[in-house]
Amino acid sequence: MDNTDNTDHSQQLAEQIAEAAASGRALCIQGGNSKAFYGRLPQGEPLSVAAHRGVVSYDPTELVITARAGTPLKELVATLRAENQMLPFEPPGYGENATLGGSIACNFSGPRRAYAGAARDFVLGTRVINGRGEQLRFGGEVMKNVAGYDASRLMCGALGTLGLILEVSLKVLPLPEAQASLVFELDPASALARMQALARQPWPLSASCYLDGRLHLRLSGTAGGVSAARQKLGGELLADDEGFWAAIREHHDGFFAEPAPLWRISLDAAAPPLPLAGESIYEWGGALRWLRGEQDMQALRALAQQYGGHATLFRHGASREHVFQPLSPGLLALHRQLKQAFDPVGILNPGRLYSEF
Amino acid sequence: MSHPPAAGKAVTHDRAALRQALAAILPTELILSEEEDLRPYECDGLSVYRQLPLLVLLPETIEQVQGVLRLCQRLGVSVVARGAGTGLSGGALPDANGVLLSLAKFNRILEMDPQRGIARVQPGVRNLAISEAARPHGLYYAPDPSSQIACSIGGNVAENAGGVHCLKYGLTVHNIQQIKLVTIDGELHEIGGLGLDVPGYDLLALLTGSEGMLGVIVEVTVKLLSLPERVQVLLAAFDDVARAGAAVGAIISAGVIPAGLEMMDKPAIQAAEAYAHAGYPVDAEAILLCEVDGTNEEVSEHVRTVRGILLQGGAIEVRTARDEQERLDFWKGRKSAFPAVGRLSPDYYCMDGTIPRRRLPEVLQAISAMSQEYGLQVANVFHAGDGNLHPLILFDANRPGELDRTEEFGGRILELCVQVGGTITGEHGVGMEKINQMCSQFASAELQQFHAIKAAFDPDALLNPGKAVPTLHRCAELGAMHVHHGQLPHPDIERF
Ligand SMILES: Cc1cc2nc3c(=O)[nH]c(=O)nc-3n(C[C@H](O)[C@H](O)[C@H](O)COP(=O)(O)OP(=O)(O)OC[C@H]3O[C@@H](n4cnc5c(N)ncnc54)[C@H](O)[C@@H]3O)c2cc1C
Repeated sequence: MDNTDNTDHSQQLAEQIAEAAASGRALCIQGGNSKAFYGRLPQGEPLSVAAHRGVVSYDPTELVITARAGTPLKELVATLRAENQMLPFEPPGYGENATLGGSIACNFSGPRRAYAGAARDFVLGTRVINGRGEQLRFGGEVMKNVAGYDASRLMCGALGTLGLILEVSLKVLPLPEAQASLVFELDPASALARMQALARQPWPLSASCYLDGRLHLRLSGTAGGVSAARQKLGGELLADDEGFWAAIREHHDGFFAEPAPLWRISLDAAAPPLPLAGESIYEWGGALRWLRGEQDMQALRALAQQYGGHATLFRHGASREHVFQPLSPGLLALHRQLKQAFDPVGILNPGRLYSEF
Repeated sequence: MSHPPAAGKAVTHDRAALRQALAAILPTELILSEEEDLRPYECDGLSVYRQLPLLVLLPETIEQVQGVLRLCQRLGVSVVARGAGTGLSGGALPDANGVLLSLAKFNRILEMDPQRGIARVQPGVRNLAISEAARPHGLYYAPDPSSQIACSIGGNVAENAGGVHCLKYGLTVHNIQQIKLVTIDGELHEIGGLGLDVPGYDLLALLTGSEGMLGVIVEVTVKLLSLPERVQVLLAAFDDVARAGAAVGAIISAGVIPAGLEMMDKPAIQAAEAYAHAGYPVDAEAILLCEVDGTNEEVSEHVRTVRGILLQGGAIEVRTARDEQERLDFWKGRKSAFPAVGRLSPDYYCMDGTIPRRRLPEVLQAISAMSQEYGLQVANVFHAGDGNLHPLILFDANRPGELDRTEEFGGRILELCVQVGGTITGEHGVGMEKINQMCSQFASAELQQFHAIKAAFDPDALLNPGKAVPTLHRCAELGAMHVHHGQLPHPDIERF
């Protein structure tokens, strides 16, 4: 790896935040800016973390990697791959410049999510700068750590509103020895039922996706385990297995190409096909459903809530006002108090998550 | 104890008056106030700390919990939540000037949904009871603390409990879906959801392991996993502890993630064997128990791989459990190791540091040297795959000075864990016990951030006061007595 530009900018970043706090100037934290499309409209002066990059420590036998937030995701994945390891949550980059920090701040996870866990599940520790410009370290590099509140996982999905992520320690896993994907022609209800039934049995599943009337299942594990499961499950072997899952993960599939609003519905996997107009893709055993097209936002959100979930206007919304499902008044109050606890002046990505903080 | 719990608030509450105020919310038979009734609640699993609360409350409904908390907030009375009281860090130790809120009556499984692979349970349900109820459906709840026959799921969430199967299946935080939480203002919050993520902050992660400091958990929805098709366990004996430690790293780096990977040293092996008759090789210096699970084919492949690594790593004997009975026997020895060691000595003190796996051999060596130095025997039983150590220090509290020596020895073990890049607690929590060691793990800005998080939920600091996060004042005082590595831990704080 090229170490020349891998420098530690934490001191500088902390000073910039402290100054902004003193003068009450809002900051818009940016990594590779690949996720500028996501969330409510960014506001404030850009503060780039991209130069704060590089792997800080990596010992493959410990299954832990620590890297600075500006480290390009691609570089991190390549570093791990060279040691036959991976980020188990298979994060999408949504762009060439995606960084580790941005992925964690969004808690983005890919096809393996339902079977291995989300970004937040693999975060062991973080270094962050809070809204006072203080550098803080939470968690660490060990697998189990219950000293202090789990502020590291709290950063996952907080969209930088609680702190600038400087460094992340992640649990990593060995790449599976073998992998194969199978395809089955099914109607939507049967595909959901099938995914659910499989989830209740011990199959070596690592991804599932239903689109265009076809259910795609990925098997990962030992060579013997994968081939035995293949035989028992039947179906048709997917030829370009890597390409298919990458296209789903990165939203390169044709489904995502059109500029119609893209809704991300996260809900109870047991929910039936939702009675909504527009084309859908199901992932994560049915717990994640992408829906394309104009929707009645209220009705869609009520439906998602009825099935224990929520709906996000992920991309191409006419407005970026109501991107995330509103919180209950009680939870909103807790969110505001937490924001206050980390960023009393309210300078870190204000309004990116909700208009209230 | 050398560091008694902080005294309660300045206001002293009157037991009888408080009892009367609470009687408007709870039937009087659910309020205990006689000393003999309070006595069973005076400590948790760390019985060297004891304290009677003003009252013990045994609410039966969420509305009662809400009412109690609202009243306590209004009167400024502190509240300590208690599950089964098996905690090992004094987390459920009562406050002399407050109430102890037991969740023991919340003991029902509300919903078992095998279709969706979840169970919705009340917080007082025992960990093992969930897996027992799920088993007929081919499912189980993965986190399995050794205390699982007794500890409650609410306590597990509050401590982010782990167990032998956490290496592969994660901790409590990875295996719960939703909780219901009552904050000190009496508000009921639903946190988490039935999908795989939530809008807004990940409060479920923040609350898991929050040690009863932020709210009272009144319901938990857990994820259930399908029972594996096949499970196999290998037992490897070593004539050298360091070699056993090295084999742990070798297994993991070979790409096998065992369902469990546990280690015991000689004193622990001998105690467990005498107690549980597990068939352990009593002459070995260390044993490793390595469980692999999955499909039939996967297990066969992994057993072959692991056996090869163990033999290559210098194991003097590798056994594979012949049948389910032998597998259970192998585990019985491990799971009963604490009580087994407890029979060797009048008292034992269980430490819970976690270290990077590669530092295992040197840390075990250092502990053994300190054991000589203090003249106190140590038995090691631990979650080796996770690097989570449980040195059990054997002592006799009736011998003058021995408890203090034990505490000092324990404190040094934890500081060593921090020094090698680990943590003072992997799963048992900080509670009252490790409050001083928090000062060596965290800087003052971090502790202040923790206090700010606490205040976001509980502005008057009424829930579990004095636990989990030390005041800066306390750390400064401690720093004055005890200078680490030539550095004062809080140079920015005035000393007095
Ligand atoms: C022999 C033995 C073996 C053990 N092995 C393990 C092990 O392998 N892994 C492990 O992780 N732990 C282990 N423990 C420790 C202990 O069992 C766990 O910490 C367990 O999670 C505590 O559960 P409990 O119900 O007993 O909680 P308690 O001891 O009653 O309480 C623990 C903490 O949680 C809080 N709390 C309890 N219930 C609630 C609630 N409903 N809402 C809010 N806060 C609450 C309390 O205030 C306290 O701070 C062991 C203990 C013993 C005695």
